[in-house]
Amino acid sequence: MLDALTHLHLQQYWWLIMSLVGSTLVFLLFVQGGQTLIGALGKNESEKTMVINSIGRKWEFTFTTLVVFAAGMFASFPLFYATSFGGAYYVWKLFLICFVLQAVSFEFRRKKGNILGQKVYEGFLYFNGFVGTFVLGAAVATFFTGSEFIRNEYNLSFWQTELYGLEILLNFTNVALGLAILFLARTLGALYIINNVKSDTIIQRARKQVIINALPFLVFFLYFMIRVFLMDGFAVNPETKEVFMASHKYFNNYLEMPLALIFFLAGVVLVLYGIAVSWLKESHKGIWFSGIGTVLTVLSIFFVLGYNNTSFYPSSIDLQSSLTIENASSSPYTLRTMTYISMLVPFVIAYIYYAWRAIDKHKVSKEDVSDDAEHHVY
Amino acid sequence: MIESIDFSLVNWSRGQFAMIAFFHWIFIPITIGTTYVIAIAQTIYVKTGDPSWEKLAKFWAKLFGINFAIGVGTGIILGLEFGTNWANYSWIAGDIFGAPLAAEGIMAFFLESTFIAVMFFGWGKIGKKFHLVSCYLVAFGASLSALWILVANAWMNYPVGMVFNPDTARHEMVDFWAVLLSPFAVNKFLHTISSCFVIGSFFMIAISSWYLLKGRNILLAKRSLVLAGTFGLLSSVFVVATGDGSAYNVANHQPAKLAAMEGLYDGTEGAGLVTVGMLTPGKKVGDDKPDFVFRHEIPKALSFLSFRDFNAFVPGANDLVFGNEKYDIMPADAKIDRGRKALDALALYKEAKDAGDEVLKAEALATFRQHESFMGYGHLLSPDAILPNIPFIFYSFRVMVGGGIFLVLAAALILFLTLKNRIERRKWLLRLGIFSFPLAFLASMAGWIVAEVGRQPWTIQGLLPTMVSTSNINVTAVLITFWMFFAILSVLLIAEIRIMIYAIKKGPGTKKKGDTHA
Repeated sequence: MLDALTHLHLQQYWWLIMSLVGSTLVFLLFVQGGQTLIGALGKNESEKTMVINSIGRKWEFTFTTLVVFAAGMFASFPLFYATSFGGAYYVWKLFLICFVLQAVSFEFRRKKGNILGQKVYEGFLYFNGFVGTFVLGAAVATFFTGSEFIRNEYNLSFWQTELYGLEILLNFTNVALGLAILFLARTLGALYIINNVKSDTIIQRARKQVIINALPFLVFFLYFMIRVFLMDGFAVNPETKEVFMASHKYFNNYLEMPLALIFFLAGVVLVLYGIAVSWLKESHKGIWFSGIGTVLTVLSIFFVLGYNNTSFYPSSIDLQSSLTIENASSSPYTLRTMTYISMLVPFVIAYIYYAWRAIDKHKVSKEDVSDDAEHHVY
Repeated sequence: MIESIDFSLVNWSRGQFAMIAFFHWIFIPITIGTTYVIAIAQTIYVKTGDPSWEKLAKFWAKLFGINFAIGVGTGIILGLEFGTNWANYSWIAGDIFGAPLAAEGIMAFFLESTFIAVMFFGWGKIGKKFHLVSCYLVAFGASLSALWILVANAWMNYPVGMVFNPDTARHEMVDFWAVLLSPFAVNKFLHTISSCFVIGSFFMIAISSWYLLKGRNILLAKRSLVLAGTFGLLSSVFVVATGDGSAYNVANHQPAKLAAMEGLYDGTEGAGLVTVGMLTPGKKVGDDKPDFVFRHEIPKALSFLSFRDFNAFVPGANDLVFGNEKYDIMPADAKIDRGRKALDALALYKEAKDAGDEVLKAEALATFRQHESFMGYGHLLSPDAILPNIPFIFYSFRVMVGGGIFLVLAAALILFLTLKNRIERRKWLLRLGIFSFPLAFLASMAGWIVAEVGRQPWTIQGLLPTMVSTSNINVTAVLITFWMFFAILSVLLIAEIRIMIYAIKKGPGTKKKGDTHA
């Protein structure tokens, strides 16, 4: 059935799939953002528990999406997986620590015998929320700014600094995207809690947090995007496959790919609209506008990174070591096989939608998180 | 391919993977094993309306939840460990190995995580039937997840369905079904998933036995014993049966692992199966020390179990290292020689390609293809490097088999006496029920040691040695992260055990209608 597709078609298809998963992951970081707002939104134990149970019921979605993103990149672009994870070693290990601590914290937080005490587990949630989002943003920024690795003739990669990824924090453009993602996650977290919690007090505080976090998000995001639009980009010669620096490559990619530009503009407008209606009209639905806007914006960023003869994981010290969707991908057979598997994705989305609605039919209330509740409480 | 090998990097990378896998495996079998019992108990509740069954399901789900969180936490570290610490492997094998992992994510992880949320937070909030379906989907998702990762692991032991592409310098998949349905994959899944069921069952048996010893939660404990005893007995018998299949596969495709499992140095026809024995300390291949200080063996059984022929020849470590002309076994140094020819030809192919020399390129490729199947041997430094650590594998194998047989008997006895309503009077058996749980773990850990350490020196059997599979980083980075993860996971493990103990001591909660003494 898919035999007519060329290797390049399949590579483009899998970049689209990974872009979708990646942009959904950024939206789902509202869980991490919400974790950093526990103290700001919950002023007593009951309120804190409501906030934690609201976002806690979704932590597995974010976690699973992250795992699927990593596994999908391994399967579809294994050279990226090997080069980035095996090179920017400390950054990804730090990221993993954030997530293993998060995994236990919701469940262990209020359990008797947890050794470390409730505050430490809540501290882990803050750690995951702040560091996890920041590190992810900074790491993704290197897709534009480049990393210090070389690749030999056997496609084995060698990182050229023993900081193994920590050096990315020395570049302010990377830091700016890290901070933009952190504040975006906090904004989305506040928007989600407005939608999901049955408490006027918490909702009022969350509205305030939307504005408090949306402003720095916009500052850092604008700074990052202006840098991206102005910078030279890592372009690929479609004939020779040689990588070279092209001026305003990413800006031109937007102009040359109208769909990416539409997604970007629509995405930014929707993010801002979600924030505005939550603040000005006291709407509960801001999360859906800003959420969809986030997905569209991030999707457009992935498009300009992977398509239109661009290197999506460039080497800043050896241009020809840079990774493109063509040289980093799996074989046509593997991509085709996985394409069949990917046909299950709409079915997966459908049951997630159904289950999500079933759980969220009742908003999280004070009674809902009491110890007498019939269901599970974090 | 790799100019110099840093063995401290290789060993610490192996250590880190083993350490995290060890932690992960503490949690996973309980998670997988208990899901089905929760679903069955919830089914009985939905069918009968008896709230004590729901209470039972909720109690085990609570323990499941404590365990699940840390299980997925360790799982993500392990999954990304392939990239962080085994980057060369990830490229060389990623075209085959990555696909099952992606399938696991799309098919299983979302199913599991979505319906776990429904199972936990849907109690009393959604319809009973939808909730029950969610319980089964959690169980199914957990097992499906195990299927894909075990398919990937089986491929490392029995690489099929791929060819080596000299242009990309990696193995590339050409037959997905061969990977998915290889005898190793099918058997590994069945053997491992049933071992999870056994551990999950003995987890429940241990807790139920403790309740009976303390005279608490009698109805819940007895019902759980019936459920877990039945499930545990069937599963443990199945583990033994599939264990035979595993050994058969090993005998046919991993002779060095089999020789280590049996402490067999000199191959023989009609080989006996060692039931118990002590290897001669310091014994090496090629020396004239006796193999064993003492041993008891079943005559001809190893030949039969390995090749379904009582008189079949089973090669020993000496045959594999030094060769055996009579049985057409090539010596390891000849394999190493051919492996080096393959690697040299691959290097020449690359040079010729860069130089645009098509004639030389074709010649190099022909030479490479001639020796390709020995490519991995070209990295080995000495003939005896083809062997895993024989004593470690030999004793681990016996712990696994001995433990497995004990668990079959224990499950049968506990189930029988519970059904006869005589379990409460057998205090010794209840204590045995508690003791059996760590034993089940010990046996399964020993099984993993046989499977994974027994595969050494290979990450991909015969094709890629472990020593060239690591990431190209310095050992300090691996050491720092080793101790960081060790510290974090140790603390979390202790916390988990304490939380679990508190939850068990607390029991299923306040006494409600339906929780009467049997």
